Amino acid sequence: MNSFADLPKSGYEVRPKIAPDGAPLGELLEISIGPHHPSTHGVFRMDVVLDGETVVKLKPVFGYLHRNHEKIAENISYLSSMPYTDRLDYFCSMTNNWAYALTVEKLAGLAVPERAEYIRVIMAELTRLQNHTCLIGFFAQDMGALGTPLMYAFREREKILDLFESVSGARMMCNYMRFGGVRVDVSGEWLAQTKKIVSDYRKFLDEFETFLTQNEILMARTQGVGVLPRELAISASITGPMLRAAGVNYDLRKVDKYGIYRRFDFQVPVGAHGDIYDRYMVRVLEMRESVKILQSALADIPAGPVMDPKAKLRGFRPKAGEVYGRIEGPKGELGFYLISDGSPNPYRYRVRPPSLINLTILEDMCLGQKISDAVVILGSVDIVLGEVDR
Amino acid sequence: MIDEGLQSELKKQGVYVTSLQELYNWGRANSVWPLTFGLACCAIEMIAASMARYDISRFGAEVFRPSPRQADLMIVAGTVTKKMAPLVVRLFNQMPEPKYVIAMGACAISGGPFKQGYNVLKGVDRYLPVDVVIPGCPPRPEALLHALITLQEKILNQPLTGPDRPRHLNADVPGEFPVPAYGPHDLEPPNNPNLWQPPTLTR
Repeated sequence: MNSFADLPKSGYEVRPKIAPDGAPLGELLEISIGPHHPSTHGVFRMDVVLDGETVVKLKPVFGYLHRNHEKIAENISYLSSMPYTDRLDYFCSMTNNWAYALTVEKLAGLAVPERAEYIRVIMAELTRLQNHTCLIGFFAQDMGALGTPLMYAFREREKILDLFESVSGARMMCNYMRFGGVRVDVSGEWLAQTKKIVSDYRKFLDEFETFLTQNEILMARTQGVGVLPRELAISASITGPMLRAAGVNYDLRKVDKYGIYRRFDFQVPVGAHGDIYDRYMVRVLEMRESVKILQSALADIPAGPVMDPKAKLRGFRPKAGEVYGRIEGPKGELGFYLISDGSPNPYRYRVRPPSLINLTILEDMCLGQKISDAVVILGSVDIVLGEVDR
Repeated sequence: MIDEGLQSELKKQGVYVTSLQELYNWGRANSVWPLTFGLACCAIEMIAASMARYDISRFGAEVFRPSPRQADLMIVAGTVTKKMAPLVVRLFNQMPEPKYVIAMGACAISGGPFKQGYNVLKGVDRYLPVDVVIPGCPPRPEALLHALITLQEKILNQPLTGPDRPRHLNADVPGEFPVPAYGPHDLEPPNNPNLWQPPTLTR
């Protein structure tokens, strides 16, 4: 065991437990979780200082997957960045596409045809379903449910990926949206198949909840653990299910009403305690609302073109200016900030990644918790390292 | 070697004759334990391959081990950045012989779509002896299964003796590979010269 004086110098200060008379108490152990660790959801490192099993200091270390997304995007044309956005948050390529397309459309003043808007909503909500399902599977795995919830989650995910594949040609990296619409139209057969999968999803959610929601172990491990206070969540600009679990009613689908979301009747689930259990419940309820949105979108989708006739894919040069566009991704507010100087490439291209900003308060949630809970807290934040490091 | 006609004749009599090499390789090929090691997007397809639909356990490779000490196969699933590359090599060094590497996806092969990036390693074969490469961005789970079958064929055909015997049976060939260090500008050395040399143009 190390004493505090023996700890290696790490460029930050570790404060030992101090007795009232100023004498240090106990011995501290510094361990490094990651970058290769099954619970870190990718290549992410946590420098944790432990007093017994209790976390007294936690420092997240990023950058193991820094792939220069923003720098590459500044050197290629606007459209060429679209496939790169797929690889930001590789669970939700459709919503990433949408956020980027929405930003460029705002910059260039392109309109989106009615049918394309409906298709975008359908794709985004399907993405939300599969992202939340997989997340719950992964974080149940972090608690020790090795395999089983994840097996159920991936069974459903594969059905949604089949839908994506049949329309865009790729399972994960769809590259489907274009400025002013979507790349290809969906067929009536595809819509019928989607309707069937969406109506079956309720049944699956009931099944999933039977296993998890009232599960004694899950409740014991998550209730009152990793509490994120409402004020901290607001001041740290947390977004997405994390923020709503902390009791803030903020959903960009309601606030911005981008696309055609004002036409759908859905509720925003809000938590009361801000603990991991609330984050789990908010996601489950959000999926149920997504099913509602999907059903009404699938019923109302009109016929028509899927691309704005004014949009041109080649030689695309938006006028000079700057723009910030954002949507409610499954993980939170996903924004793109672009500065155009009138050339075919963006002058500045910046992503506001929800995963990174939601991760900044990891230490505040983990302090005073046990080390095994820190792993579950990290799982409940819902990070994807492709988006954190970019 | 056993005469094939004699072998099948004996099989009809209920006698199975084989060589130690075949038996040993048959056992090894059908119990490849991969390392639970995901780097980026391809890791999700690797997880999908281990789930019920693609079911990698049909090929005996479902036992994903989190510890490199218990793993036989490293699936480099995703972009290897320059910050991560020394750790990847160190993990590989920690694996016991016999060990194999599958480079999964365009990024692990060559840097893929992120090849222009200043922080991306342009192919994991610069530091590790890659046995099988899977193209794709990301490759489908079926492609990973195909790579596993290809690796199994390679294992089945490895001779145990002679000059072509694999690394783990040849004391002259080290199983550890030098770990690159963070230099002032780039990784040092930029590649392992015994494994990879920059291509030369001959006109």
